[in-house]
Amino acid sequence: MARGVFAEAGADLRLESISKRFPGFTAIERLDLTIPAGSFFALLGPSGCGKTTTLRLVAGLEEPTTGQILIGGKDVTRTKSFQRPVNTVFQSYALFPHMTVLENVAFGLRRRRISDPVGKAHEALRLVELDHLAARRPGQLSGGQQQRVALARAVVNRPALLLLDEPLGALDLKLRRQMQIELKSIQTEVGLTFVHVTHDQEEAMTMADTVAVMNKGSIEQMGTPEELYELPATVFVANFLGQSNLFVAPVRSDDGTTITVELAGRRVSIPKKRAQRHTGEVTVGVRPEKMLLHSTEVSVAGKNVIGPGRVIDVSFSGVSTQYLVEVAGIGVIVVFAQNMAFGPVVGLGDAVWVSWNPEHTFVLADKPEEQERFADDTDTSALAAQTRERLITELEEA
Amino acid sequence: MAFAAFSTATPTQQEVAPKRKSVIALVLLLPGILYLVLFFLVPLVSLVITSFETQVDVGIYAYAFNWQNYVDSIAEYWPQIIRSFVYAIIATVCALLISYPLAYFIGVKVRRWPLLQNLMVTLVIAPFFISFLLRTLAWKQMLSDDSFITSSLKALSILPPDAHLTGTAFSVVFGLTYNFIPFMTLPLYTTLERLDTRYLEAGSDLYANAWTTFRKVTIPLSMPGIVSGTLLTFIPAAGDYINASQDFLGGADTSMIGNVIESNFLVLQNYPTAAAMSIVLMVVILGLVGFYVKRSGTEDLL
Repeated sequence: MARGVFAEAGADLRLESISKRFPGFTAIERLDLTIPAGSFFALLGPSGCGKTTTLRLVAGLEEPTTGQILIGGKDVTRTKSFQRPVNTVFQSYALFPHMTVLENVAFGLRRRRISDPVGKAHEALRLVELDHLAARRPGQLSGGQQQRVALARAVVNRPALLLLDEPLGALDLKLRRQMQIELKSIQTEVGLTFVHVTHDQEEAMTMADTVAVMNKGSIEQMGTPEELYELPATVFVANFLGQSNLFVAPVRSDDGTTITVELAGRRVSIPKKRAQRHTGEVTVGVRPEKMLLHSTEVSVAGKNVIGPGRVIDVSFSGVSTQYLVEVAGIGVIVVFAQNMAFGPVVGLGDAVWVSWNPEHTFVLADKPEEQERFADDTDTSALAAQTRERLITELEEA
Repeated sequence: MAFAAFSTATPTQQEVAPKRKSVIALVLLLPGILYLVLFFLVPLVSLVITSFETQVDVGIYAYAFNWQNYVDSIAEYWPQIIRSFVYAIIATVCALLISYPLAYFIGVKVRRWPLLQNLMVTLVIAPFFISFLLRTLAWKQMLSDDSFITSSLKALSILPPDAHLTGTAFSVVFGLTYNFIPFMTLPLYTTLERLDTRYLEAGSDLYANAWTTFRKVTIPLSMPGIVSGTLLTFIPAAGDYINASQDFLGGADTSMIGNVIESNFLVLQNYPTAAAMSIVLMVVILGLVGFYVKRSGTEDLL
């Protein structure tokens, strides 16, 4: 690490077949990952998926069992944490309790013998709008303020790579929203490479340019938030990012641009470019908000229709209403309907038909028989927790 | 800035504590107050009175305000006074240098194995199971002229053939250091055991190498332990009269204030001088400790 000078700009990060084994378990298994310079990258996954370990490996707080870590093209695998052009915003913030806020922020600058550390620390504190609290101790600040000090302490060093380890986890919902916007604007302003670790899918999608979904020590899928949401590749991604209705169905025909599967005795067509498997048994998915309910059987050309089903649950959540529809042969379908009229359009126990646009259908890359290995992570309580979080957010915004 | 000024100083002074005179609180405090009055205040006052007494006959003293006692005793015993504090400071520094790595190892490095940690703490306390006097006597044996240690050092020409270890300043400081190491290690251990290693990771993340992190983060965070450990070592060491005694590790020219007070009270029966020396010892310790605590500035970490 050069003394007295800042990194010119954000650097790219490359992980080459990184593995990390702890006694008794493997945290990361042969992970390959490239994060381009200047991007806001999110590592998303449930707790225990290895995302924090990945971050600690990049920061140099852990050593990989195998593999290489390259920052800006330079191999840093064997260098010590303090020699890497990397700074971390820790989940616990880890602000030094015996120093003032100002001294905390100036700490890294002083270590690197950068001129005018106090002036630059004040500047960083102004960026997070906390300069008026520079003389206080971290213990005298609120959680949100501490989080901003931790951010200032990392950003002030202009690291090539800024690592954020669930920095918003301890904040309440409103503050979290505010900090998400601030973090994003700071990243745009300073142009550093941000690597953000989170288990909150909404946070990852709103903030990051690129999201990598991690599960059980490896990356399931990587792409822009829109790509991941619209075209999930695996059952895990389809259920971790929002909700999905997934059905296993056999492919019946393939006309070159569209494939057709048989679902509950009906033909369901899918554009071939949205299907990642084209033969045999495939997993077909549709997002609940893309579906429409009908109280009579409809047959609109170019629409996929399933039914009849029976409404077994209606729950109102402000902006939308969630219907659970049981269809013989395929189980329960979740449908979100915008509340365009007062009260539910259909009632409990009604017979309904569900339709959606073929353009909104996707076919997963997973083989259906492989799904069992994800069963643990998509259990009902996890789904319920996600739904509840989303509902709270919606109510907040409404 | 105005905010900072308000928060750091004023709130505690502004909030007036509710004045509730509780009879129960008084009753509960009574045994402690009685104890302090009987066994601290009364002896202290009596000591001060004794220190000003004047001699009537051999071993008989009368009440007076003979402040000359202080001038005389300081004039006579200043080498012992200075020696006491020099020995105590050297012993405290040595004990700190030995105890800190030990306490750090037990409190931080062995944290993952609680059983081993407890075992090691027990080993630190284990010497207390044997009498302080016996242990010091044992060291007298071990450092005596024909002992293995001394003869080995002589054989290796580290010590000249006619040298002694017992009866020297070295053996007194050695004895003081040895005897007070547990008092230093335990408070250090209790602070280091709670040391959050995430601060050390943060230091390393912010470009500080291991030594700088230790200097800038670990030491300031363990300051409460360092202060209490050094006080627990320095105060009794300055007044100690066992190690420096000629019956134990000391010699004729290693006596400390403790030995002066002991001989004046018990042998010479010169009570005013002994009392004056006790007061001098107390005042100097209070002064040094007050200055030290103020300088180390650990109020907000304690």
